[in-house]
Amino acid sequence: MKKIFKKSFLLLLSAAIFTACSNGKKSDSGALSGSAAEKVYVKPGDHDEFYAFISGGFSGQLAVYGLPSGRLFKVIPVFSQDAEKAYGYNEETKPMLNTSHGFVPWDDSHHPDISQTAGELDGRYLFINGNNTPRIAKVDLTTFETTEIIEVPNSAGNHSSSFVTENTEYVVAGTRFSVPVPQRDMPINEYKGNFKGALSFISVDPEDGEMDIKFQIIMPGFNYDLSHPGRGDSHGWFFFTTYNTEEASTLLEVNASQNDKDFIAAINWKKVEAYVNGGGGKKMPANYAHNVYSEETHTATSTMKKSVTVVDPREIPGAVYLLPTPKSPHGCDVDPSGEYIVGSGKLSSNLTVHSFSNMIKAIDEENFDGDAYGIPILSFDAVNTGTVEQAGLGPLHTEFDGEGNAYTTFFISSEVVKWKLGTWEVVDRKPTYYSVGHLMIPGGNSRKPFGKYVVAMNKITKDRYLPTGPEVTQSAQLFDISGDKMELLLDFPTIGEPHYAAGIPADLIAKNSKKFYALEDNKHPYAVKNEADTRVERKGKDVHIYMTTIRSHFAPDNIEGIKVGDKVYFHVTNLEQDYDVPHGVSMIGANTSELLIMPGQTETFTWEPKQVGVWPFYCTDFCSALHQEMQGYVRVSPRSSTLPLSWSLGEDIE
Amino acid sequence: MKLLNFIALFAISYAIASCTNSSTESTSAEASEETERTGQAFIKDEGSTPNCLQIALGSPDHTTLVAAVQAAQVENALVNVGPLTVFAPTNAAFAALPEGTVENLLKPENKGALADILKYHVTPGNLKADFLTKFKKIGQANNQNVAITVVDGKAVIGGANIIASVPAGNGIVHVIDAVLLPPPAE
Repeated sequence: MKKIFKKSFLLLLSAAIFTACSNGKKSDSGALSGSAAEKVYVKPGDHDEFYAFISGGFSGQLAVYGLPSGRLFKVIPVFSQDAEKAYGYNEETKPMLNTSHGFVPWDDSHHPDISQTAGELDGRYLFINGNNTPRIAKVDLTTFETTEIIEVPNSAGNHSSSFVTENTEYVVAGTRFSVPVPQRDMPINEYKGNFKGALSFISVDPEDGEMDIKFQIIMPGFNYDLSHPGRGDSHGWFFFTTYNTEEASTLLEVNASQNDKDFIAAINWKKVEAYVNGGGGKKMPANYAHNVYSEETHTATSTMKKSVTVVDPREIPGAVYLLPTPKSPHGCDVDPSGEYIVGSGKLSSNLTVHSFSNMIKAIDEENFDGDAYGIPILSFDAVNTGTVEQAGLGPLHTEFDGEGNAYTTFFISSEVVKWKLGTWEVVDRKPTYYSVGHLMIPGGNSRKPFGKYVVAMNKITKDRYLPTGPEVTQSAQLFDISGDKMELLLDFPTIGEPHYAAGIPADLIAKNSKKFYALEDNKHPYAVKNEADTRVERKGKDVHIYMTTIRSHFAPDNIEGIKVGDKVYFHVTNLEQDYDVPHGVSMIGANTSELLIMPGQTETFTWEPKQVGVWPFYCTDFCSALHQEMQGYVRVSPRSSTLPLSWSLGEDIE
Repeated sequence: MKLLNFIALFAISYAIASCTNSSTESTSAEASEETERTGQAFIKDEGSTPNCLQIALGSPDHTTLVAAVQAAQVENALVNVGPLTVFAPTNAAFAALPEGTVENLLKPENKGALADILKYHVTPGNLKADFLTKFKKIGQANNQNVAITVVDGKAVIGGANIIASVPAGNGIVHVIDAVLLPPPAE
């Protein structure tokens, strides 16, 4: 009996193991954690399906990630100096950060948007706004480098930016803070009626992408918070949310919340463009920097522009209307068809949806509800087409999947809510961790979203990762939206504040990615293209070293005749013509960053030796098997020395 | 009793086996995929300056060398970031070896010996022809030295003359007129 009992126990045990095992298997394939891991796993050596360009917010930069893996590929310096890449430190890129206020080494990067053709992403450029000292930057998506920055005059808190129209005719930049236009010395409490809000339309050259401020619409002194272009039938219009229509200059947390409704401003930019092309508007004196990086000279130039065309909207009948929208609306999002304009009243629990065709009808029928400074206010009931009721707390931003669904973030209730266009019913909601701001669906600001994933960008993470002292990372969260219900797949940490992002299928960009710069096309004034031409020249106290790098030496690598008090320019050309072989260089005691020079490129740093001696420099990028051998010496003599300049490589100095 | 015992044991082992099966399968799948030749030698890159391997591949005078490199599977050694100096014997140089030498080396069982000979043709550093005259010997990638003599102002490498030199993206290729054979190990 005992034995039988024992054996049956064994049988039972085996059955239990068997069941436990198959159970485990089931939960692996069915439960969230198991399948989520499969969905974000990109095998070593394989590539991601999408690029995600996530702004760094207060880092001032733009980070490039892969989706669905969340792997970080590059941080592109845009508005902040980057010692790693010498951006804003070397002589070539310092002009990129020039402004009317002088050299500004930092900004607050906000809303990246990718260029479009016929309403679809074309993958040529990415535009991003600097919020603090108003600027718009352009990133070339063949080199993944910032190649142009234009300052925006008459603007402050460049927030309702930098969104592009259907054919990248314009990148648009609206001011968050209204200011005196032109700037002048006046009492702050005379804001009301005197401050103005400029909405800037920056044209983008169809050939070379060069930006130019075509016109600024000088609007009443509200706060212009976010914006989006019309598309399809509404192409030619641009929509801006406003708050502080109370025009308060102090304690806005109370004073800007007095009005039950603020506005979405609808701008018929095609009408304004025709007016300006016909000689309308006026040239106003201004002072703003236009900084352009040349891929030929590998050098940026900064030009101060001295005038800008401004337009009074009241002088162009039918160009501007105001759509009443409840409770200090923040996000202003237009669906892929161009029919629905969603205003997210951030102090409300509802979303307000206006209809473009209703708006046109109301304009035709002059269905107005008064005016603000001469700009017609359309009747709310005439333009409003639906409300998403009680969807959550603190709605901020909405994106679309192209399948008739919209996804809205709620900051206060920390969630993403999915709802249906047309019926306005909420169909799903998922928590975020925590306090989500923007969200992004690849192609979200276009006629053709790629509605497979949504990335939610959180302001606060608290306990989500290993702690790192008082400052903890911010995060992005990836959701699969291909099914009826959203599924959280992945959390990943980000650079700075992940303010907003632009996503695009990888195949639209990867094939155009540049591998290196052709040495023969290098027109840098201090470039040398072979070691025979390397030399050192003195012009008074300035000494110019024309230097080259190739695996694994500098030419020249022994230099004598430098004196204390000289200013030494190292102009270093990387002679390599191979993919992924940059060289770096740094000099002991140089009051600047290293250089990181791509193949075929020339970069310059300066060194002002303060002490007599023999001082080494070396390659900072692990370039080759003989990287540790890649070094050189500069002999620094007293100011009174008469030692002539000499330089050499691989021989004694003669 | 014994039968019950056996069934129980069988059931347990089956249960354990089926638990581990799935992971074994996926590992073997991974392994079979990785037997494909991968590495920097197999990246498609037509824009960059040709590297030492690409120069050899493009040369009609080096078909024997290329066959040897492929047989020894040392392609990745010739395309890494370098810098490398590669001494590339011509087809005629290989033909001058005693009859049957090359055929013998190309046999799979001699892969190790062949790789050793090929590595004896590679040295770290981008050493131009005139620069080589400054050395008495250079250390080769198989850990042995090759002697350098200077004849009529030109470097002679282990008895081989440099016929031509081709700069490569990752170093330099010197075309030589004799195969360098490593000295017998001491």
